[in-house]
Amino acid sequence: MIRRLPITLAALSVLVVSVFPVYWMVVTAFKPTRDIQADTPQFLPLHPTLDHFATAIGSEGFALFWRNSLLVSLGAVLLSLVVALLAAFAVARMRWRGRKAFILMVFIAQMAPWEALLIPMFIIARDTGMLDKLSMLTLIYFMSTLPFTIVTLRGFLAAIPEELEEAAQMDGASRSAAFRKVVLPLLAPGLMSTSLFGFITAWNEFAFANALIIKNQDDRTLPVWLSSFSNVFGTDWGATMAAATLFMLPVLLIFLILQRRVTSGIIAGAVKG
Amino acid sequence: MVTQAPERPVAAAAPPPPRRRRGLPALWPYLLVIPTVAGTAYLLFYPLIRSVIISFQHFRTGELIRGGAAFVGLENYHEALGSAEFWAVVRRTLVWTGVNVVLIMVISTLVALMVARLGKRLRLAVLAGLVLTWATPVLAATTIFQWLFQSKLGVVNWLLTTIGFSRFDGYTWFANGTATFAIMVLLVVWQSVPFAALTLYAGLTTIPQELFEAARIDGATGWQVFRDVTFPMLRPLFGLITSLEIIWVFKCFAQIWAISQGGPDGATTTLPVYAYQVAQSLHKYDLGSAISTLTVLILLVVLVPHLRRMYKHEGADK
Repeated sequence: MIRRLPITLAALSVLVVSVFPVYWMVVTAFKPTRDIQADTPQFLPLHPTLDHFATAIGSEGFALFWRNSLLVSLGAVLLSLVVALLAAFAVARMRWRGRKAFILMVFIAQMAPWEALLIPMFIIARDTGMLDKLSMLTLIYFMSTLPFTIVTLRGFLAAIPEELEEAAQMDGASRSAAFRKVVLPLLAPGLMSTSLFGFITAWNEFAFANALIIKNQDDRTLPVWLSSFSNVFGTDWGATMAAATLFMLPVLLIFLILQRRVTSGIIAGAVKG
Repeated sequence: MVTQAPERPVAAAAPPPPRRRRGLPALWPYLLVIPTVAGTAYLLFYPLIRSVIISFQHFRTGELIRGGAAFVGLENYHEALGSAEFWAVVRRTLVWTGVNVVLIMVISTLVALMVARLGKRLRLAVLAGLVLTWATPVLAATTIFQWLFQSKLGVVNWLLTTIGFSRFDGYTWFANGTATFAIMVLLVVWQSVPFAALTLYAGLTTIPQELFEAARIDGATGWQVFRDVTFPMLRPLFGLITSLEIIWVFKCFAQIWAISQGGPDGATTTLPVYAYQVAQSLHKYDLGSAISTLTVLILLVVLVPHLRRMYKHEGADK
């Protein structure tokens, strides 16, 4: 027991360091302002209140920025899913000249130095009248998640035996019907996890949203809005932390969903295998 | 953009076995990849090339509005490489990358080794904690850290004052260059350790237990077991994670921009931040593009010896 003490203490301190910042955000969001400003920090929300959430949600534009973030992220994910599915199908199921070159292009695209594209993207957006437009952000997020989506979906597709489709086609189904009825359901976990991952990437993105939405403040997304919290809430840390909590909530939910999906996928695979 | 991808099926580049295509026109595969090729060409390769072209032009506000930028050869590169400020930023970026990556690798190795020895319940708790940290969005994390280190009400100053460092009573962290740099390091390490530790832990669980037992029977100390068994077995994984972290830390932008925009007094200005400042604040898009190009080149120079060593070791193992 005593021999285990050092490692237990180490584990507890790792646990505290990794959880405390997020815990502190949530607790602050639920504490009344007088408790937040107490001389000795209160580590438990003894007088829980929803006031700060009301302030955050009621602040100017909050609903709008939520909608913007949601639109941009969903748009990028859907676009990327459709385009990647087509490409993954061509790569996993067909033989054609240029296939290897195409795969190489996708791998290169996956390693693209996106941070170095801030300046040319700004200039291109300006030249084409796409500055301050959510559609420009959607396109950029689509492109930044596309290579990963293709590579992952291709892996999932390759794992589905082609014989299944062929059997369906023997039974008289057209190639597209065979794909829709046989492959697509089997592909669902793959589509699910790639799209959720893409959604998180787009939802969290800051640099391009900050660089490309300049004049039209109504088109800002949540991360950019959150980065200017001191302009919005001043020194109201309760409201700031409530806003951060609301921003983090969808991502947390997705992680929970993903975790269950991934584990159940592994279990299902083990049973079938 | 953050692409710390979760584990994914490894894609082999080998083509599938030849199969009959029942009446499928040969054009189909090309039609299917057109959207991807068009998207990559316009949204990735075109901006990349455009950036390189601008770095060889005179491209300021006038050219941005009117167009017609003139080529000036290597002038922007001369200007960048000739300024003492640029080299100070390069040095700072290398220090920034070195400090962060070393801390991330050491801490995540220790955490992974520790998690492997924990009992079931505590292990699940620590893993869940790491996943929670990993799931925290960058902008939520920057906001939280600004609150933790807030001068009057921040919990860090309270803690430091309480344990006896009274000079931290009301200390303004973000007014001091070194302090801000330290907070940025803490933030990036905090955010990066989960991915590295979870991956290393997953790797650890694949090492056969017999190897550890054999080493212990031979009387090896804990350090010897790590040096002679664990590390060699996980070398490829260590190499991979180190390169990912180098890339990620080197080009880190959002955290720095959201908290300090490179300040105070440029204390947290790394290369990506510098390039953006030069372009957007000074409207020197040409010089900013040149710095961007140099940033990518420097990153490659930092990575290449590391990648070569990685491949040499992998080659030697076979």
